[in-house]
Amino acid sequence: MTSLLKIENLHVNVEETPILKGVNLEVKAGEIHALMGENGSGKSTLAYALAGHPKYTITQGTVELDGAKLNDLDPSERARLGLFLAFQYPVTIPGVKVADFLRHAISNIRNPARKEGEGLVPMREFRKELKEQMGSLDMKTEFARRYLNEGFSGGEKKRMEILQLAMLKPKFAILDETDSGLDSDAVRFVSEGLTKLTGPEMGVMIITHHERLLQYNIPQYAHVMMGGRIVETGDASLAEEIHNEGYTALRERHPEAAAEQEQVEAVTQ
Amino acid sequence: MATDSPKQDVGVGDYQYGFHDQTDTYTFKSRKGLDEEIVRQISELKKEPQWMLDFRLEAFKIFEEKPMPNWGGDLSQLDFQDIYYYMRASDNQERDWDDVPEDIRKTYDRLGIPEAEKKYLAGVKAQYESEVVYGSLQEDLANQGVIFTDTDSAMKDHPELFREYFGTVIPSNDNKFAALNSAVWSGGSFIYVPPGVQIDFPLQAYFRINTENMGQFERTLIIVDEGASVHYVEGCTAPTYSSESLHSAVVEIIVKKNARCRYTTIQNWSNNVYNLVTKRAMAYRDSLMEWVDGNLGSRLTMKYPAIYLMEPGARGETLSIAFASEGQHQDAGAKMVHCAPNTSSRIISKSISKDGGRSSYRGLVKVDKNAKDCKSNVVCDALILDPESRSDTYPYIEVDEENVVIEHEASVSKIAEEQLFYLMSRGLSEVEASSMIVTGFIEPLVKELPMEYAVEMNRLIELQMEGSVG
Repeated sequence: MTSLLKIENLHVNVEETPILKGVNLEVKAGEIHALMGENGSGKSTLAYALAGHPKYTITQGTVELDGAKLNDLDPSERARLGLFLAFQYPVTIPGVKVADFLRHAISNIRNPARKEGEGLVPMREFRKELKEQMGSLDMKTEFARRYLNEGFSGGEKKRMEILQLAMLKPKFAILDETDSGLDSDAVRFVSEGLTKLTGPEMGVMIITHHERLLQYNIPQYAHVMMGGRIVETGDASLAEEIHNEGYTALRERHPEAAAEQEQVEAVTQ
Repeated sequence: MATDSPKQDVGVGDYQYGFHDQTDTYTFKSRKGLDEEIVRQISELKKEPQWMLDFRLEAFKIFEEKPMPNWGGDLSQLDFQDIYYYMRASDNQERDWDDVPEDIRKTYDRLGIPEAEKKYLAGVKAQYESEVVYGSLQEDLANQGVIFTDTDSAMKDHPELFREYFGTVIPSNDNKFAALNSAVWSGGSFIYVPPGVQIDFPLQAYFRINTENMGQFERTLIIVDEGASVHYVEGCTAPTYSSESLHSAVVEIIVKKNARCRYTTIQNWSNNVYNLVTKRAMAYRDSLMEWVDGNLGSRLTMKYPAIYLMEPGARGETLSIAFASEGQHQDAGAKMVHCAPNTSSRIISKSISKDGGRSSYRGLVKVDKNAKDCKSNVVCDALILDPESRSDTYPYIEVDEENVVIEHEASVSKIAEEQLFYLMSRGLSEVEASSMIVTGFIEPLVKELPMEYAVEMNRLIELQMEGSVG
């Protein structure tokens, strides 16, 4: 069975403010979707809401992963079902070594019924796998002993996200502006890393302002968000059009959504 | 019989040492309460010299005169007349665990002491209630002149050495609880390390209270002679009872020229124990004194290990971890007194408060006049896990000299929602994620511990965190 992430009429509030106003989207394993849109269009809100951030409240609609409803599950339960979010701003966890964290994480993801204190993935097996994945992402093994994201450069943080993606092997990966704030070499590393990981088993949603990441990972579908909804869906050429011409034409084609987006921006700023 | 049934542990919460054994064959048990007669009785039972009886009686007078401290924690429920001041469960101190009375031996088995002794300790003392019931020291250390004995035996077997140092670091009139300890002290460790002798593995003492309303007043004296080094470790546990027990120790340490001493405490008393302890070290020329102080248990701890830097080149360091959970107040910290020029000190304190627990850092850095070119660095970080919990910082700095460098940094943080979300989005449960954040928070301190103790400390923290969320 091909895995399916199904988002239906999704409405999400952040605190009291409605941000998403009816998002519909289906992502199947093996597909790459690009999700584009200006600041405030709701892209990151969608990403956080899918991953289950407690501040993002679903007020209407559903998210399903292979038929399992995610709405009321906590972030850990969603991750164990196969959902992964690569963070735009990865969080620093002082004193927690990358290797310890990853070993716990993969133990839970691979054995979703695992309870606290139960056995972890065997050390030898884990180390071997970690070393291989770090090698293929051209990361030095000393990263495994560093504290999670502490003192990492922007590029190192993003590569760490890709390493986690490689280790956790989710069914669906959402990449939230993984290319932002990086120089072109770093973008290349991250993009190539991602290319190695994607395949028929994984569905990918790439959230981006730019299309740099998309040059390496060509999407079958491109969606444009505006005012908390997906207003247009096309193929890679839509992404290219936005890259070349910006959002002006899109705003003119969807005046209502553009107006709503401006309102939300006024409230949230 | 020792209570081995796991059912006994139900109702004592997450505290795994809350069991007690049913020993009722005490060879001596004082009546409850404290007066001059009890003080005389303890001294007589121990067949002490007159000077010690006089010392005790003088201290008892000071104890009676001194008011209760009106700072720190809440002592209003502590009733000195509702406590047993002396209990002896065994007439002998044994050198073989098989000779220790069965109930008591089983207790130490459950605490894992004989096992640890085999693996990585150079010597062990086990104190049960008021007296040391088991003692060992590696033969080669004994042959090099190292003394590791209980303090009562030291008074009898090494009277000159004992009298030269006893009570010189912490006089009876230092504070009310030092006076109390001086009046009714029993047990504790006496260590002497001769010049140049380096002890590679830790010496460990294990303190256990078994009876309800028990008072434990051990007295420890450590002398590290010139160029010698020692690492002493103490652990403490007690059964969980509904009424209070009292632990009030005095620890005196002398670190001579070029010597090193590290004193590590992993205090895990049950939540009905008042832990009111005075610890102080004198560090002489070019020596190093380190306190590593982990406070996880007790109802109230008031403890501020002190280092007096007596001569140039002396260094003092205190690493302190406090974990206050429901019904607990950890009022802990450190004191550094720079009495000589070119001395340096460092205090690192990390505290964690959860489920309504309260932790306070209370510290003093004092620089005497003419103690030029001293350096002191204080860092205290507090982590608060929920809105019911509390953390306070009381840093005192007294400097009578201009040419010094004193640094103080403090931070208070809450477990950030973003950190929890990040870890949980990788499949960690909420409990695992919080536990990982807390373990990471104390990591810089735990990594200073020998491996076995680091593992133990992390395990205890994880136990404290279990069931704390949701």
